Amino acid sequence: MSGVRVLVGTRKGGFILTADGKRQRWEVSGPHFAGWEVYHMNGSPADPDRLYASQTSSWFGQIIQRSSDGGRTWEQPGIDPSDIPRFDELPEDGSMPAPAPSLFAYDTSAETGKPLTTHQWYDGTQHPWEFARVWHLEPSHTDPDVVYAGVEDAALFKSTDGGQSWHELAGLRGHGTGPDWQPGAGGMCLHTIILDPADERRIWVAISSAGAFRTDDGGATWKPINRGLVSEMIPNPTADVGHCVHNLAMHPSNPGVLFMQKHWDVMRSDDAGDSWHEVSGNLPSDFGFPIAVHAHEPETVYVVPIESDSLHYPPEGKLRVYRSRGGGNEWEALTNGLPQEHCYVNILRDAMAVDRLDDCGIYFGTTGGQVYCSPDGGDHWSAIVRDLPAVLSVEVQTLK
Amino acid sequence: MSEPASIRVRLPDQLQRLARLDREVTVPVTGDVTQRSVLSALERAYPALRGTIRDHAGQRRPKVRIFACNQDVSHDPPDEALPAAIASGEEPLFILGAISGG
Repeated sequence: MSGVRVLVGTRKGGFILTADGKRQRWEVSGPHFAGWEVYHMNGSPADPDRLYASQTSSWFGQIIQRSSDGGRTWEQPGIDPSDIPRFDELPEDGSMPAPAPSLFAYDTSAETGKPLTTHQWYDGTQHPWEFARVWHLEPSHTDPDVVYAGVEDAALFKSTDGGQSWHELAGLRGHGTGPDWQPGAGGMCLHTIILDPADERRIWVAISSAGAFRTDDGGATWKPINRGLVSEMIPNPTADVGHCVHNLAMHPSNPGVLFMQKHWDVMRSDDAGDSWHEVSGNLPSDFGFPIAVHAHEPETVYVVPIESDSLHYPPEGKLRVYRSRGGGNEWEALTNGLPQEHCYVNILRDAMAVDRLDDCGIYFGTTGGQVYCSPDGGDHWSAIVRDLPAVLSVEVQTLK
Repeated sequence: MSEPASIRVRLPDQLQRLARLDREVTVPVTGDVTQRSVLSALERAYPALRGTIRDHAGQRRPKVRIFACNQDVSHDPPDEALPAAIASGEEPLFILGAISGG
């Protein structure tokens, strides 16, 4: 029987919400990794039982977790529980065996890592790259052991051994514009990774605040793809880089067409990102964070307008998802089942997702701890859960 | 070679959960009993803790504190001998997350 598994990352742990295809009765498991921030959980398209999670803490650093049974049990890749505790063979010099788990080391090698060591800081000075956390994990479409990680400070890492070891695809930082990247309010993060399902050598990423980038050769070389973006808050509003892109979305059947929620402006590209034009149209505000595309209708797009960059809550205190059935410009408010007064939550950039059931389900989570589901493409909404910690991310797996 | 000393270490809640350990563990330390030797023995015994108390370069994480016999020794040289009560196993070495957040 078909069903869905919703993976919810929050400020105080991860939660897994499961339902059959009707999406009316839900089972909730969690918190997984209680007390830790779970920035993102995501499943492998090649093996739905393989999940990855980014568990992180300002105190104790970054942990990568992996599940091989759909989230019932988790392990840190590379650590064998049967080998613990390890009291033998303690080296006299106290040195540690390699590799360490969850190690994200920026590439500084002469061969592949350009000697790029700084980016722009808030005050305009140059600042060294410092790893903070993994924002987004994107498993390969074809190999459950291949997974990409978007990190803060912004860089892209890849693992080919199920998350045990990670290497940076340093051509992204090294292509020349890195010194012009700068952090947004949430840090300088690589938060969006889209793999072309037809050709995984083509990858799109987005960085706050740098913009969107694309590789066509598996990550060796990259180019900024920000032509057409206009950001009035930066010194050169049409610069190649420096734009605060919040999220990208693409329909897998139509990889040349991309949609973007920028800091301000909802944008569209019909040439794989080479150029963009605005499709904000009649939205009440074109500021926002997530953007998503319907699973079966490549021109049906969803955004959640937010009042402004200083007021991170919905306009008029009304939580409204907006849907365009024509690829932008003409938008309709979807309100049935969503609070239409006194609502002041935010919806973060990775906190909206769609399932692939025949009646496409739309999901989003809020900083108030609600996770909403619409099992009919946005026409009717209800809360699956109402009182989780602040939701950082939502992903959905469609189970056969 | 001398017999290793059995050193008691108290872990913060988040690290107990991460490594699936009790509040207190005992690790064998050969030679001088210092912050560095105790943490190295701890990380050796429980690989899940590698990178959490000290970062991957071996530096104590800024919001982690280490207490020995009611004294904050976080800023002491890592190779300085810990108090005799720690080395003898009479007292545990406390690893704490600094109080912060909501």
